[in-house]
Amino acid sequence: MRRAALQALLSHWRRQPLQLLTLLAGLALATALWSAVQAINAEARRSYAQAASVLDRGTLANLTAPGGTIATDTYAALRRAGWKVSPVIEGRIVRGGQRVAIVGLEPLTAPQGALPETVGPAVPPQEMFSHPGVGFAAPQTVAALADLPDSHDLPRLVAAASMPPGQILTDIAVAGRLLDLKGSMHRLIVLPEQPATRRPLEDVAPDLTLTPPRDGGDLARLTDSFHLNLTAFGLLSFAVGLFIVHGAVGLAFEQRRQVFRTLRALGLPLGTLLGMLLAELLILALIAGSFGVTAGYLIAGALLPDVAATLRGLYGASVPGSLTFDPGWAVSGLGIALLGTLVAAANGLLAVRRMPLLASAQPRAWATLSGRAVRRQAVAGAVLATLGALAPLLADGLVAGFVLMGGLLLGAALALPFFLTTVLGICAGRARSATWEWFWADTRQQLPGLSLALMALLLALATNIGVTTMVSSFRLTFTGWLDQRLVSQLYVTARNEADGEALRAWLTPRAEAVLPIWSLELPLNGTVGEVYGIIDHPIYAEKWPLLAKVPDAWDRLASGTGVLVNEQLARREEVSLGDPLSIGEDWTLPVVAIYSDYGNPLGQAITGLDPLQAGHPELPRLRHGVLTDDPDGLLTALREDFGLPDANMTHQANLKAFSMQVFERTFAVTAALNVLTLAVAAFAILTSLLTLSAMRLPQLAPVWALGLTRSHLARMEVVRSLALAALTFVLALPTGLLLAWALLAVVNVEAFGWRLPMFLFPAQWLALFALALLAALIAAALPVRRLARTAPAQFLKVFADER
Amino acid sequence: MLIDARDLHKSYMTAEGSVPVLSGVSLTLGAGETLALTGESGSGKSTLLHLIAALDQPDRGEVRLGGTSLTGQTDRQRAEMRRKSVGLVFQQFNLVPSLTVAQNLAFQARLAGRLDSAWLDRLTGQLGLSGMTDRYPEQLSGGQQQRVAIGRALAARPPVLLADEPTGNLDEATADTVLALILELVTETGAGLLLVTHSDRLAGRLSRRLHLRQGHIA
Repeated sequence: MRRAALQALLSHWRRQPLQLLTLLAGLALATALWSAVQAINAEARRSYAQAASVLDRGTLANLTAPGGTIATDTYAALRRAGWKVSPVIEGRIVRGGQRVAIVGLEPLTAPQGALPETVGPAVPPQEMFSHPGVGFAAPQTVAALADLPDSHDLPRLVAAASMPPGQILTDIAVAGRLLDLKGSMHRLIVLPEQPATRRPLEDVAPDLTLTPPRDGGDLARLTDSFHLNLTAFGLLSFAVGLFIVHGAVGLAFEQRRQVFRTLRALGLPLGTLLGMLLAELLILALIAGSFGVTAGYLIAGALLPDVAATLRGLYGASVPGSLTFDPGWAVSGLGIALLGTLVAAANGLLAVRRMPLLASAQPRAWATLSGRAVRRQAVAGAVLATLGALAPLLADGLVAGFVLMGGLLLGAALALPFFLTTVLGICAGRARSATWEWFWADTRQQLPGLSLALMALLLALATNIGVTTMVSSFRLTFTGWLDQRLVSQLYVTARNEADGEALRAWLTPRAEAVLPIWSLELPLNGTVGEVYGIIDHPIYAEKWPLLAKVPDAWDRLASGTGVLVNEQLARREEVSLGDPLSIGEDWTLPVVAIYSDYGNPLGQAITGLDPLQAGHPELPRLRHGVLTDDPDGLLTALREDFGLPDANMTHQANLKAFSMQVFERTFAVTAALNVLTLAVAAFAILTSLLTLSAMRLPQLAPVWALGLTRSHLARMEVVRSLALAALTFVLALPTGLLLAWALLAVVNVEAFGWRLPMFLFPAQWLALFALALLAALIAAALPVRRLARTAPAQFLKVFADER
Repeated sequence: MLIDARDLHKSYMTAEGSVPVLSGVSLTLGAGETLALTGESGSGKSTLLHLIAALDQPDRGEVRLGGTSLTGQTDRQRAEMRRKSVGLVFQQFNLVPSLTVAQNLAFQARLAGRLDSAWLDRLTGQLGLSGMTDRYPEQLSGGQQQRVAIGRALAARPPVLLADEPTGNLDEATADTVLALILELVTETGAGLLLVTHSDRLAGRLSRRLHLRQGHIA
């Protein structure tokens, strides 16, 4: 009995291959985008985990000094007092035009696991101490640094898979040589097990601060917002895909109602029937899920280089551009495919469970939405949108931002059928001819079958408008900001301190001004940030991008009685104009201005150069901005007369171009996901129109018989598709703009620490509107072509089938 | 002559090959005439009606509607012929579910550009639909829906009314009422009626009768 019943159930798919394809494709698409995002997140997190090794600041307790460096004597005193501590120095060098992080440690005292496992079997420990020493780096970093003209001073590099990209781990002496730091260290790692007899820290080194270990690395925490963004995009695509699956499953169930009744009438128990349907769905979900996971892997592989660029651009996080296969996310992809199918089919399965055995078939009962249901749905949408709007008022953080966006999107999607029904009703009321009266009324009748696909289109369009507005606003602000921020025409970096002094002396008579760009890392209100010292020059007051300032901000900066802070620091530390900011150990200045500093993950402060130098004589004096009318001539002279290598000089225009390039790459992944989501929505419309077109014949045949030609009907189907897409866009536009506001004013502030002004881009809306119409046209093309070519005999079958 | 069909041949392709449905059928219908077309299932009654209604084209032979030959007409011309020269009533009513009773009644007349409000009001009253013009088809009984379909077909005052088993879905009493209405309205408008039916009883109430057997007039 079961075999025969199963055969009867499955025969449906043989007769409806397109429906089967729709179901599989919808599920595969949903799974693909979700899996792609998961794969990208997994890859990035693996990189963070590598970066957050035992040497990471957060993993073990650390001792740090307010001035940034710890003297060797202090280290020795601690060891003598019984403290098991190990010194670390850190810094960055530039080789072959790329920044490489150098971490130096003392192998003999370093905590277990600090060195890669290759030490011992492949690298004798003594080689680490002998010249030129050994450096451990990720395989891609070893390859990138091999045979560079300026890498001769590096230690012998050994590939270690556990190392994060872009970093070299080496002996502290080698690192000191590379970073030009001798006799001091940046921090001391406090080993987990300490003797109870050690003397108190206050007695031995009262200047040092003990920072306890934290859960998770800084980088992982910093990039969480970005991954949350990606996950939100993945979820959105998944939801759009589920709309397709829901539609396809619902239709398949509806078309088999008679079969279900017959099977039950012939003695198949309800439980067995439901079990068979469930098994059928799960098998289809597994097949589609497998395709989806494979496609997701390919999509992730294609997107990862852009994601890596984004993470590098926004957070300075190093993630490799290639993907490693992880069975974990593949299994989770299949799991989400199964779960999604069950969610999408739950309604259909419940309907089968409740279906009375003897009731007559009601065509399209699955999709019938009464006016009351539409109104109820709209009310639910309004409630969701209101809850979303209240979220940022009731709670802080990124989650509130996402609740706001989710409430907005879902609210608008739920309100869409009501909006369309109302507008179509108005159109029908104003129609002058019978044909148009029928057209609007008929369009209204098609809504239940199309509303899921149109909701998917609304989600895709609103997201597109929101994200595009955010990125374009960012681009516009960023371009203006770059013009302000890059005040110098030329940027030069000296090779060492002595070279720097000579460079300044050489440049002074030849340039309008030489502006030192000297900085060091110091605790700002207790959290490590960058502190820059600048000279008193009118160009800063003229150009520097200030968001807020006290009237005499620049004078106070010059006189050493005020400090400028970037927006990130102001928001993070909740400091505003006039509030004191502690810089290092015993230096506190009031905040006199707040400036925008896009793309920088760290807190930053600017003080007058003289007081900074006075308090921190170790301040590196290498980088300079040069004001000149002839940057090209000066660049040539620097190369030919002063002998400065090209790698140490950057033209302002090149820097701007590079920054914009980084910016564009940063948002390339967003653009790609935007297009993919819109494609999924277009596919949802196509499948809805295709499935509806199969059911349209009985509705169109009488109208055709009454005197409308097939081509006329086909043209009206095109107009219908375009009209629905256009009306959906009308609701998507305000939704998208609200979304953009939420991204700029709530999510960005929480995620990155800066708020951007919102600009409107009507030309982009027009382009997207055209794209939405094009998507609707393409989606309608196949069903319409089919309708236009329907043989009269097909229409006649509608009447012939009556007997 | 309203309908002049001559030597109509029609066959359909099936998996087993070409199956002839009509083989040399001819008929005529004059103004005010009522003609019943009877026959077994598959005898070709509906196919003949479809050819006359310009819904389909014969393989051979000619149909003239109101003196105009349908042979060689374009899709657009045949659609116009259906709009203006023919009223159609189907077994399953085939009303437009998204339109109200009033809108359905006026639908074809408006398509044909011949809406006569006074006639439509009278027709609505005669069909007993006056109290339900704001309802939708799904809110009506089968008999009521068929009355709407008849009203829709006659609202444009077509010269020819073609009815394909219009009472096939109705009980005997309702069928009698509906046929009486059709005959009354046809007489009033002076249209010719071609009615396809299985029922000898109903066929007997029309002025003439043709019986089809295996694609031939018996």
